[in-house]
Amino acid sequence: MTLTIDEAAQARTLTETAVRLTGVTKRFGKQTGTPVLDGIDLAVAPGEFVCLLGASGCGKSTLLNLIAGLDPVSSGSIEVSGGRAALMFQESALFPWLTAAGNIELALRLRGVDKARRRTEAERLLRLVRLEGAAKKRAHELSGGMRQRVALARALAQQAAVLLMDEPFAALDAITRDVLHGELTALWQETGVTVLFVTHNVREAVRLGQRVVMLSSRPGRVAREWRVDIPQPRRIEDADVAELAREITDELHREITRHGRVGVDKGASGHAS
Amino acid sequence: MPHDTAAHDTAARDTAARDTALPGAVAPGTAAGPAPVPAAADDGEQSLARLEAGLDALESAAVSDRRPWWRIVLSRLLPPAVALAAIVLVWDVLVWAHVRSGEIMLPGPGDVWNSLVAEWGPSRIGAAVWDSVYRAAIGFTASVLIGTVLGLLIARIAPLRAAVQPLLSGLQNLPSVAWVPIGIIWFGVSPATIYTVVLLGAVPSIAVGLIDGLDRVPPIYLRVGRNLGARGLDSVRFVLIPAALPGYVSGMKQGWAFAWRSLMAAELIAISPQLGPGVGQVMKFAQENLDLPLALGSIIIILIIGIGINQLFFAPLERRLLRTRGLSRS
Repeated sequence: MTLTIDEAAQARTLTETAVRLTGVTKRFGKQTGTPVLDGIDLAVAPGEFVCLLGASGCGKSTLLNLIAGLDPVSSGSIEVSGGRAALMFQESALFPWLTAAGNIELALRLRGVDKARRRTEAERLLRLVRLEGAAKKRAHELSGGMRQRVALARALAQQAAVLLMDEPFAALDAITRDVLHGELTALWQETGVTVLFVTHNVREAVRLGQRVVMLSSRPGRVAREWRVDIPQPRRIEDADVAELAREITDELHREITRHGRVGVDKGASGHAS
Repeated sequence: MPHDTAAHDTAARDTAARDTALPGAVAPGTAAGPAPVPAAADDGEQSLARLEAGLDALESAAVSDRRPWWRIVLSRLLPPAVALAAIVLVWDVLVWAHVRSGEIMLPGPGDVWNSLVAEWGPSRIGAAVWDSVYRAAIGFTASVLIGTVLGLLIARIAPLRAAVQPLLSGLQNLPSVAWVPIGIIWFGVSPATIYTVVLLGAVPSIAVGLIDGLDRVPPIYLRVGRNLGARGLDSVRFVLIPAALPGYVSGMKQGWAFAWRSLMAAELIAISPQLGPGVGQVMKFAQENLDLPLALGSIIIILIIGIGINQLFFAPLERRLLRTRGLSRS
């Protein structure tokens, strides 16, 4: 009987969170002193869109790598529903020896999809990112924005419940980025995928996320979080987006300023209010 | 939450739109060319699609500039043909102007051609060319196998790399003909000697090329591969090998040049009736008979085979690899 209760409890936690981080700490090598990430607790609900925000050195990318299972945690635990998460990088990292469709088909193949279905599935995914005409193109023949859309299609091909995005639009021009914000929002609504989106761009975070989580730097900890209750066909120019972005930016600046002060007065921070 | 229901509505509407619009067009304006813009651009999704199609068109406009195939062939063949003609012309003029001071004699292109045609017969040069090419093919194939295994081992096993890599680059500097005396002492004047020399010439290049190729695989590809679920052999097959291929192929290309060069040197030095003919041997024969046209003709044959194999196999392969990856200039 106890067993069934345990199982039920486990099933409930699995359905309630897509990603659960408990006390996640990361040190590199034999690093002593401040770790990169220190005791991160975070729960992301299925289908939620969470933006992780922070200045450089807060370990945002490190955190995604940990969740993706590319690096081991030093302590703490990470649960990902379905056991794996798809990861997308700032650079598209499409394999240059494969066509756009080939890249997607490889992702499907490594998931064990049979050959006949790979083709139609890759076509469907390319259509989803509106690149049905680019199936035979190679990465170098595509623009930066198109490359990221193929990378997005490839990530969706992994059929993971969780999509991790590491500043995927940071290298794009503003117009393309705007369009991809719209596209990502539409895809998220359509597929119901859980998104954990890392950025250092406050407006981007407010434009996209249902929740914005700010990490402090050195060590990376969850500093604050905001719910974004602005209905979703948002635009980055919207007044309420700008207003919240301003509030978050102020907080981010306070967080960054704190580091300068600690550096200057060496331990005198205990006296400061 | 209010926006959750809004999201749900949008999603439902989009799916409906897609279902009715399939197959092919997700939204008007996705296809190339300007699509008629409806008066009321009510649907956000559709206007997004049109905007995106416009961006894609703008950003990939400059790419398509394809020349007709015959112009590509012409542009590749014409310059070397002109250069060749110029060399033959200068050569002929030199001969015609009687540039033969003292002992040095220069046979003309015509003499060389006649000599080659006369000596080609089944017993002489034709057989020698076949023999050399056959040996080169065997030697090179063996070198690729050995060089690949060696390269993989050195690239993957750190202590082995530290120990062997300097030696390997040293071997590239050593002319492999230097092994002929030792080969003859060990194996006598036999095919084993010749193959030893060919292997020692080609294996280091191939191994070094493979190691270079593996070293230059961007780490992000391996991370992406792992995230996509490629582990162990899958990672080697689907990520590591294709990513390392350009370095490997250029190593093979250099390996071929070394194999052919070593083979000619070995054939020139190690001569025995039991070895059969060979272009190197033809050259030795020409030297002993003071047959200058035949000696020059042999050199031309060696050049033609060396260049020909490169142009037929390695150059197109390398060009293709670089072009598909966007690494070549053209």
